[in-house]
Amino acid sequence: MVTWEKSSKLGQLILLIIMVILAVVMLFPFVYVIAVSFSSYKDAISNSLIIIPAHPTLQAYTWVLQNGGVLHALLISFFSSTVGTLVSLFLTVTAAYTLSCRDVPGNKFFLWLVLLTLLISPSIITKYLVVRQLGMIDTLWALIIPSALNPFNVLVIRQFFMGIPQELIDSAKLDGANDWQILGRIMLPLSKASLAAIGLFYAVEIWNSFFEPTIYLNNQQLYPVSVILRLIVLQATEPVEAVLPGQVPPPDLTLQMAVVVLATLPILLIYPFLQRYFTKGVLTGSIKG
Amino acid sequence: MQTTKGAVAGKLPSPAATARKSKQRSLLSRMKRARGAYLLFLPGLLFFLTFYYLPLLGNIIAFQDYSPYLGILRSPWVGFSNFASVFTDPEIGIVIINTLVISILQIVFAFPVGIILSLMLNALISERFKRFMQSVLYLPHFIGWVIIISIWQQLVGGDGLVNHFISGIGGHPVNILTNPDFFKPLIVLQVIWKETGWSTILFMAAMTGIDISLYEAAVVDGAGKWRRMWHITLPGIRSVIILLLILRIGNILSTGFEQIFLQRNAVGLNAAEVIDTFVYDRGIINGNWGVATAIALIKTVIGALLVYSANRIAKRLGEEGLY
Repeated sequence: MVTWEKSSKLGQLILLIIMVILAVVMLFPFVYVIAVSFSSYKDAISNSLIIIPAHPTLQAYTWVLQNGGVLHALLISFFSSTVGTLVSLFLTVTAAYTLSCRDVPGNKFFLWLVLLTLLISPSIITKYLVVRQLGMIDTLWALIIPSALNPFNVLVIRQFFMGIPQELIDSAKLDGANDWQILGRIMLPLSKASLAAIGLFYAVEIWNSFFEPTIYLNNQQLYPVSVILRLIVLQATEPVEAVLPGQVPPPDLTLQMAVVVLATLPILLIYPFLQRYFTKGVLTGSIKG
Repeated sequence: MQTTKGAVAGKLPSPAATARKSKQRSLLSRMKRARGAYLLFLPGLLFFLTFYYLPLLGNIIAFQDYSPYLGILRSPWVGFSNFASVFTDPEIGIVIINTLVISILQIVFAFPVGIILSLMLNALISERFKRFMQSVLYLPHFIGWVIIISIWQQLVGGDGLVNHFISGIGGHPVNILTNPDFFKPLIVLQVIWKETGWSTILFMAAMTGIDISLYEAAVVDGAGKWRRMWHITLPGIRSVIILLLILRIGNILSTGFEQIFLQRNAVGLNAAEVIDTFVYDRGIINGNWGVATAIALIKTVIGALLVYSANRIAKRLGEEGLY
């Protein structure tokens, strides 16, 4: 910035030190957890601070993954995140398309209907009763459908669609294109970046979802990794055998941390892509609120 | 298009009636032409009706002794008795106090930290270093509470790293995760760690909108960096601060469910039960649907009133406000 002259060198240094401390505070827990997960059990309980494992081993991971339960939960999470993101994106673009059309009678009304949902947060109880009424309890649909659409994302994509030149759409219509074709061949290819960003947000949201599986699922076979993580790490006293078929030794430190890492890994892999969109400002609309 | 039709219709005996008719017909034909668009909107419409508007209507079970087997239509109406049992619940006092204490601690401590952090980030000269810091600071926002709490437990729990260190140097280990007195500060600290970085994003966006010539003029006038921050940057983001504060005050009865739900068992309900978990317990666990809905309804009404009054106060103080 132009306004910060060289005179503030000392200030910059202090700021730099604060920032480095902050970065350590933010990153250290992750580094530590990863290091513990790759450590031998003996090293892990040796009371020492581990940043680089002294005797790196994949023991914890092979055990966790061979045992089936965690892998099963990871697959459930992966499945619901993927299918859920596709469902969410479909609903988002179709709704946004109609809201962006200029010559659709009743459009204003639809827009208000969507805007109002930003103000009302449905009570979890009545929403639960609706989901139950629909027979979605104890199905993976309960993780996907009830929270499929985020009204903010609809409005962001609508805004983006409205920025697409009307002449493009009109000429496609003259060529006899119907609404599906306009959406699929003109709107979607032009808004790839925003769609990717919103898709990643949806995916992370479903992957992290804990509340929904907790209230909608009773069948342990359907538990996603977030719920399994709670059972293994936070409630180590619970009968884990019920969750993980097979003989389960008392959950020990390295195993627990391996599960934490496995549950975090997909987010860490997605994060660089997600982050690319922060700077582009495509999401400023969805971020507000 | 309609006017030309109307002009054509002018030759006919009753121009006004025909014009209206042709207007209707043109509306109909426009609707007919938009049928593809309607069809595309249908899934979204069904979604919003089912998962937003239907639960909203469902709130009337707050006035019923609702039983899922009887349904809304046949469940007996009980007037305000659910509301009465909310206020006579022996736990409600402590629940409200816990909720308010946690929220107020968050507004007092977590909220300003985000502003301070944005100012610091904004003061960094190197654009690349700033980007790096932002991506580090945003990261925990994208990681779910279960993972975050598992990690925290590993660090500060009874058997965690910090305690190993303390007993290593001969001190007495403390388990702050199971100590009821530490619960509320712990919740706030976790929120600060997880969400402060992300909360800077709106402040930073507002800062980039500040006219750079203001700073240049201030430099010419000899204003130092603190004065520029105080007189240009902070006023520049004031409307965003106030907007977020109004929204936060409206949410004072919401403390977030997952974070507290996951940690309340370790300290007991007296220290940790808040409105969100209370609704869950009464409704989904105990099946007191009517009572749980009544609490949620009261919460919504109070939230709306708070946003309204916070907004009025802001406007009286000469701020832009929310609407």
